[in-house]
Amino acid sequence: MAVPRISVRAVTMRFGDYLVQRDIGFDVAAGSVFVIMGDSGCGKSTLLRHMVGLLEPASGEVLYDGESFTHADEDRRATMRRRFGLLFQSGALWSSMTLAENVALPLAQYTPLGRAEIAELVELKLALVGLKGFGEYYPSELSGGMRKRAGLARAMALDPDILFFDEPSAGLDPLSSRRLDDLILELRDSLGATVVVVTHELASIFAIADDSIFLDSEARTATARGDPKRLVQECPVPKVRDFLARGETASATG
Amino acid sequence: MVGLPTASANASVTASASLEPGAGGVVVVALRGDWRRSEALRAGAQVLGDLRAAKPAGVRVEAAGLEGWDSGLIAVLVRLRAYCADGGIPLDIAALPAGAARLLALASAVPERKAAHGAARAPLLARIGEASLARAGRLGGTVRLLGQVVLAFSAFLRGRARYRPEDLWRTVEETGARALPIVGIITLLIGLILAFIGAVQLEQFGASIYVADLVGLAMTREMAAVMTAIVLAGRTGAAFAAQLGTMQGNEEIDALETLGIPPVEFLVLPRMLALGLMMPVLYVYGCFIGLFGGFLVGTGMLHLSVAAYVDRTQASVHMDDFMIGFVKSVVFGLVVAFAGCQRGIEAGRSAAGVGLATTQAVVSAIVYIIAIDALFAVLLNVLGI
Repeated sequence: MAVPRISVRAVTMRFGDYLVQRDIGFDVAAGSVFVIMGDSGCGKSTLLRHMVGLLEPASGEVLYDGESFTHADEDRRATMRRRFGLLFQSGALWSSMTLAENVALPLAQYTPLGRAEIAELVELKLALVGLKGFGEYYPSELSGGMRKRAGLARAMALDPDILFFDEPSAGLDPLSSRRLDDLILELRDSLGATVVVVTHELASIFAIADDSIFLDSEARTATARGDPKRLVQECPVPKVRDFLARGETASATG
Repeated sequence: MVGLPTASANASVTASASLEPGAGGVVVVALRGDWRRSEALRAGAQVLGDLRAAKPAGVRVEAAGLEGWDSGLIAVLVRLRAYCADGGIPLDIAALPAGAARLLALASAVPERKAAHGAARAPLLARIGEASLARAGRLGGTVRLLGQVVLAFSAFLRGRARYRPEDLWRTVEETGARALPIVGIITLLIGLILAFIGAVQLEQFGASIYVADLVGLAMTREMAAVMTAIVLAGRTGAAFAAQLGTMQGNEEIDALETLGIPPVEFLVLPRMLALGLMMPVLYVYGCFIGLFGGFLVGTGMLHLSVAAYVDRTQASVHMDDFMIGFVKSVVFGLVVAFAGCQRGIEAGRSAAGVGLATTQAVVSAIVYIIAIDALFAVLLNVLGI
């Protein structure tokens, strides 16, 4: 079997004495869309932050293409991180810069490109997320959905092959949320990227997920794993079926 | 093992393309090698230049020799397509990798928004006019806030202002008690400096004793009030602007309004009250520390006797002088708090907005302080006090 693009092995997450989740383990195949789901406060976003190295696991490790990210030194980590594109919950655009400057910053930092070349690539990235012509706008002048798409353009600036999304559809109307889902799939297909999404939006989960993991805030560990379309029917854990069916299963009433 | 996508350095062939004439005046662009980023953009510029020279009847892109690509290639294709569209030249990109073709389609899925931004700069006169109008608008905002503050104070006097007393006392502690060390150090040093300046001149005439007059009058009438106000403008006015600016960004001020609580009563009133109360207290404290600084220089360096220095100070400083400084400090306190709150409330809803508001709060507070002090000087001169 091919080496999985991402492996999370027995990761335990803690804040001081407070246990968030323990023994989380899963593999993400290259080119797939992996969804991390779970009830509010279960540590979904925290897991994402552990995967990209913003937080350190209390134990366990995260591997990319079989190479340990957790135990890599800072230089190696920086190189590995350049493969990541991360879209934060609210876009996290730098508010003092225009959209074009936001997207240009990673290019200017990590590539030998000249000014004109960067401008050209920035224009392309903004066009890809449907924001052509908005380069001179400041983030505060945009709607929430546009800010998210601009954040995606920035996340894609370095042509990452692993894209992380933290709650991409939070705060978006169903149509914008659907368009963002389509965009995620389109980018996955055309760039061949691997996508990890943290979300609890059911519509989104069923639309994009190839594979998923369910984190339980009470059990403090993962209670289900697999394609959500199958989990909703077959998962032996009632809580997971309830979650995926919005509580409209027999077990919810019983 | 999959390599990094950016590691184009070890790619076997660099990006290149050859133009071959095809049937019916169609030029075939055969892409070869690794089309990534700067390589792709460089090679792409060359291809476009060659195409312009060739003036083709049609363009077909072949990708049989293409080894790798990223958004650099897409950027080139976008340009190529724009060029073909401009000249009405048919473009055949059927041979492109599926992913590249889809990205190209995605890049043009949403038409460019003709934004108002980046429009040609307006003529100088228009810009001056707009800037003036904006300034006048801000003046209107200041007057409106001032009116709201007056209403809030009248509500407070009638005992009907809506604010939390805890907020007031916390602000009093934060702006008053915790400012004691810094105000103490600054006024002590000012007292020392005044005494030194005076001593150098007065000693020449054997009139060292008048250092006590100089320090006493300067501290009570001017320096203690002004220096305390400037310290608090930097320390507290800036904090007010940052707090209110962040609250504005968080929609906390909107939340107050929807609950029917006037933000000016709830947020601005306790802050202005706290500074209006604490500034005079700090002034009195600063006065004594400053006088003590002068006393140290007078007795320690100029060898004046303790009794003579104290006596001279009592003879020269009158209650009037003290009251002038006291009244000034009340005004300064209100002004510093007002400037901080005003900039905070007007702050833009972003991190940059809060930073700007903080700067403006300090700058305008200091300008107000000096302007008001000058006004006091003129008025007192006319009144002959």
